[in-house]
Amino acid sequence: MRTMTRPFLLILLLQVSAPAWTALNGAELYSQNCSACHGSSGTRGVGVPLALPEFLEAVSDEYLLKSIRYGRPGRVMPAFPYFSDAQLAAIVAHIRSFGPAHKPHSTSVAGGDPDRGGRLYARYCAACHGANGEGGKGTGVTFSRPQGLPIIAPALNNTGFLAAASSAMIKHSLIRERANTPMPSFIKQGLSESDIDDIVVYIRSFRPQHSVNEAAKEPPTLVYESKESFEDAVESVKNAIMNANFRLIRVQALDQGFVEKGQEDARRTIVYFCNFKQLDTALAIDPRVGLFLPCRITVTEHNGKVKLLSINPNRLSAVFNNEQLDEICKELTKTYRKILEDSTL
Amino acid sequence: MMVRRLALLLLLCLPALVNAQSVMMARSKLAFPEAMSALQQSVTKHGYTISRVQRVDIGLTRSGYKTDLYRVVFFGKPDELRQLTKEYPEMIPYLPLKIVIFAEQGETLVAALNPLELAIMFPKTNLDALLHRWANDFQSIFADVRTAQ
Repeated sequence: MRTMTRPFLLILLLQVSAPAWTALNGAELYSQNCSACHGSSGTRGVGVPLALPEFLEAVSDEYLLKSIRYGRPGRVMPAFPYFSDAQLAAIVAHIRSFGPAHKPHSTSVAGGDPDRGGRLYARYCAACHGANGEGGKGTGVTFSRPQGLPIIAPALNNTGFLAAASSAMIKHSLIRERANTPMPSFIKQGLSESDIDDIVVYIRSFRPQHSVNEAAKEPPTLVYESKESFEDAVESVKNAIMNANFRLIRVQALDQGFVEKGQEDARRTIVYFCNFKQLDTALAIDPRVGLFLPCRITVTEHNGKVKLLSINPNRLSAVFNNEQLDEICKELTKTYRKILEDSTL
Repeated sequence: MMVRRLALLLLLCLPALVNAQSVMMARSKLAFPEAMSALQQSVTKHGYTISRVQRVDIGLTRSGYKTDLYRVVFFGKPDELRQLTKEYPEMIPYLPLKIVIFAEQGETLVAALNPLELAIMFPKTNLDALLHRWANDFQSIFADVRTAQ
């Protein structure tokens, strides 16, 4: 008898505690995983402000669930494949607490002419969403846009967006004005429902532009060997840095700050440098680029061999899920290689 | 049996303890100076030495660019740094560890490369235990910053 009552007690406990856990999880999961970018109450940050009433009314729970699950490849928003359905539901329930409930769409898309939709898209949508649906630039956090502008135009060709958004939702977004954002009602702009259907069908025809980032296969570190003495190699690095239009910031031992002054390992020296114009541009693309900072080359001597080492910006960029940053890092990698090659000639 | 089932249930209900994202981030409702103080206290509390704070915003401002407060906090454990850079010199450019901290209006954001990424970047190293400990420490530090009053 005692054995039989245990499962019932367990089930009872589950039923009593589950809502409390779910509520706790939703707020806590959001705080841990979403608030850094979207703000504690969904009012700021990357992409659409989640607390925007028109946004909450327009999007279904399924759209939110899929957006979290799949993320936005190449557009900063990461995927969360490891969350359970219950965890995702808890996060969505917490996001729902920011504002009004979803209003199911009465619209549907029966069909349309994608060629005509393409022409309408080019005229009405491309200025904000990009000629190929690539979306607005920047991440939205801090540096990339005036804080008064509450939205970065979504990338409509993104696999995450296309997987999450239904045609009816896209149509609804085109019909209804999204207050406090640059997105107008295209009915008010003079388009008919048939025109909007054409645009929706055209958007649906976008092929995913994001590909697997090949940089993830590159080595994480650039290593060059110098034939010079250690001291000369440090001087060569400094000269090459200045020739590449970077400013020398400082030269220090790798273990400076970790050992007592005078006890540092002088055979492992970091040369720090910066180009503030490039830094300003990179911060506008992604404020997390501080993880690259400051630019540096480390000169080491071990067993009589002098080596120059730096991060491989291309490889590091692969972890940021930001295609715009990838472009900058490709150039930065070329610059690093040139500095390293010039230093070791 | 009951205890084991309850333990399993609790494990299932608890939020993920380790942030599996490549770039770890957290938001503090505190203004920058208080958040920076909370960050440094937590880093030290976890047994790390702060070797330097790079004032990125100062360099940008002096060069004529507008920016909010933006710093990089470098830290590590001297023994670990010595050992790692000796055994795995290819990891030198990624050391010491760092956390970026920057202001966003009245609040503050922190970001760091998830140390577990280093295991992917340097698969031939045998550092899983160390990198998991670092990842847990980072998670704990970020939680301290996020919840600091």
